[in-house]
Amino acid sequence: MDILKGTQRLKVGLAEMLKGGVIMDVTTPEQAKIAEDAGAVAVMALERVPADIRKEGGVARMADPSIIEAIMDAVTIPVMAKVRIGHFAEAQILEELGVDFIDESEVLTPADEEHHIDKHAFKVPFVCGARDLGEALRRIGEGAAMIRTKGEAGTGNVVEAVRHMRKIMGQIRRLTVLPEEELMTEAKKLGAPYELVRWVAEHGKLPVPNFAAGGIATPADAALMMQLGAESVFVGSGIFKSSDPERMAKAIVEAVAYYDNPRVLARISRGLGKAMKGVDVTKLSEEELLQTRGW
Amino acid sequence: MVVGILSIQGDFEEHKKALSELGIDSIFVKYPEDLSGIDALIIPGGESTTISRLVKKWGLLEGIQKFEKPIMGTCAGAILMAEYVLNEFDEAEDISFHLMDISVKRNAFGRQIESFETKLKFQGKEFTGVFIRAPKITRHGDAVKVLIEYQSSPVMVQQGNKLALTFHPELSPDALFIYEYFLSLTG
Repeated sequence: MDILKGTQRLKVGLAEMLKGGVIMDVTTPEQAKIAEDAGAVAVMALERVPADIRKEGGVARMADPSIIEAIMDAVTIPVMAKVRIGHFAEAQILEELGVDFIDESEVLTPADEEHHIDKHAFKVPFVCGARDLGEALRRIGEGAAMIRTKGEAGTGNVVEAVRHMRKIMGQIRRLTVLPEEELMTEAKKLGAPYELVRWVAEHGKLPVPNFAAGGIATPADAALMMQLGAESVFVGSGIFKSSDPERMAKAIVEAVAYYDNPRVLARISRGLGKAMKGVDVTKLSEEELLQTRGW
Repeated sequence: MVVGILSIQGDFEEHKKALSELGIDSIFVKYPEDLSGIDALIIPGGESTTISRLVKKWGLLEGIQKFEKPIMGTCAGAILMAEYVLNEFDEAEDISFHLMDISVKRNAFGRQIESFETKLKFQGKEFTGVFIRAPKITRHGDAVKVLIEYQSSPVMVQQGNKLALTFHPELSPDALFIYEYFLSLTG
């Protein structure tokens, strides 16, 4: 009997299974265990969380495979890892290691300033960041199985994630009311593949799950993003840069499941200690922004 | 008839879509009181550890265990239906709801790159079985009937009005008749 592996249905299918959950950045097997016990649906294995990448500067690359493997050996939930934009050799290495999802991420230093990875060429699914609908559909056209907002990683400031989610959802809503003959011009304006623009116009959503990322630091932040239309939430520095990571992790997991119930949110938001300190995005210079990486 | 879909985490929207294709109404089940008005319950795919933790924390476990109407668990849902659960490191995990006399091993085929699609047959009809980081049913008691096998291991089993599937019928448009079978159990 024939067996198919690495199909788009299997890639997007795994993304569907992660909906309504929290994906947490971790740098050690111990942190991965804390994330799993708190109810994370997946972990992102990293050498440094985005807040530290931001602080330390230099070229940020794919993590050392030994770190990723140690995390894969510590937990039973899916493990994701990041590669630089356009760095398909890093992606080949991660696929060989057996990671469950690859994040082609603006948090790392881009390796190619013109081209993203051809994600169709891989069996492992990819997630990519986007700031607007055109960017999201270009990544999906290249084979991404999940989209996340870029936000502004490592800031603990949700303002950019909100901006990107509102933009994407607003552009989707607009497509649904355009007459058929305006869709080609709209595809040209968005810089997006026409067939995908038509799909979105017909269905009123992205053809792959749409998650939030970049600056989410509290249960309320997570609930806000879910109410704005996110289907899951990535939390990067927000957990292990808070004063009580275990409690913060559990609270954010519950906030995503019960995002539309203020009574539950009030209960779980109490006594969590200090959230990560965070930075004012307007104080960052143009060169310090991560979200402008990728196109 | 109204079907409840446990919507703590996972692909509950896809189950809703599949049911609406059949013209069946469904509601999302997030709180214990949501269980009272429904005729059947679906436990969807997702992360079994996450769903288990929140079901226990928010007081849904007792209601699910006392629910006497049909229940269908798919993938993560099948894991949660089981009596015993082993993880991929062969460690026992206390995450399941003990609804069927089966033992299940999580991530039994390996990581995501080993996820696969293959043709399965039920009631003489062929359809696509979608297996994503799928579990394996490693043991089943005498009261459990094997309905579908793949490579001589059960992938769909029944005990009374409870079904466990290690694949995702909600992701295969040609598997809608599996829902019809499930709904036939409501009698």
